Amino acid sequence: MLTIHAKLVEAMVAQARKDHPIETCGVIAGPEGSNLPLRLIPMRNVACSETFFEFDPQQQLQVWRTMEARGEEPVVIYHSHTGTQAYPSRTDVKYATEPRSHYVIIPTDARHGEEIRSFRIADGMVTEERVRMLESYKTEWELAMVA
Amino acid sequence: MPITVNIPTILRPLTNNHKRIEIAGFNVLEAIEQMERQYPGVKEKLITDGKAHRFINIYVNDDDIRFVNGLSTSLRDGDSLTILPAVAGG
Repeated sequence: MLTIHAKLVEAMVAQARKDHPIETCGVIAGPEGSNLPLRLIPMRNVACSETFFEFDPQQQLQVWRTMEARGEEPVVIYHSHTGTQAYPSRTDVKYATEPRSHYVIIPTDARHGEEIRSFRIADGMVTEERVRMLESYKTEWELAMVA
Repeated sequence: MPITVNIPTILRPLTNNHKRIEIAGFNVLEAIEQMERQYPGVKEKLITDGKAHRFINIYVNDDDIRFVNGLSTSLRDGDSLTILPAVAGG
């Protein structure tokens, strides 16, 4: 199950709508081992495509280094589907390399629903999981949250 | 001083879960071959037909090797080599 603050969901959805019809993408970092998404980082989609995304490799290096220095990991990896349902595509599964991350997909085509969905992708297997949205975190987590 | 290699999550099962290893080599290819001798299986995850995989990013310090000399990018003592699978999909 993915437990996530509603503000982070709002920020992902707003970013996805702004970038539509281009696929949006990003990461939400959280303390290693906590399973708690806190720090949202929108990433540049170098593919700049309606059917593909790829994090800018240079930005990715900086973001991954910062996470490591802060003792964080990519708790959520998100992207949008701008013309299909919010379910991992074959390419999503092929390039998924973080079995510990929650892969969140945001649909921006109303014909395919409006709810974000979350998945684990490991060894080519997709498992959908429940998303539990919270209106508040514990105070100290709220202070660390950036959305 | 050797070269420090930062290992991504996906390769850690091959490196006894080490996040970071130290290796010698005058260029990226040599460093990967040196890693392969210590941790068999690493090379095929990174290279096919003599080229780095399209969706594996390799950096020497801050530089993506695609924009330097690819696998021939030279290494000096104290350099850091970072391997990061691209985050991509459709």
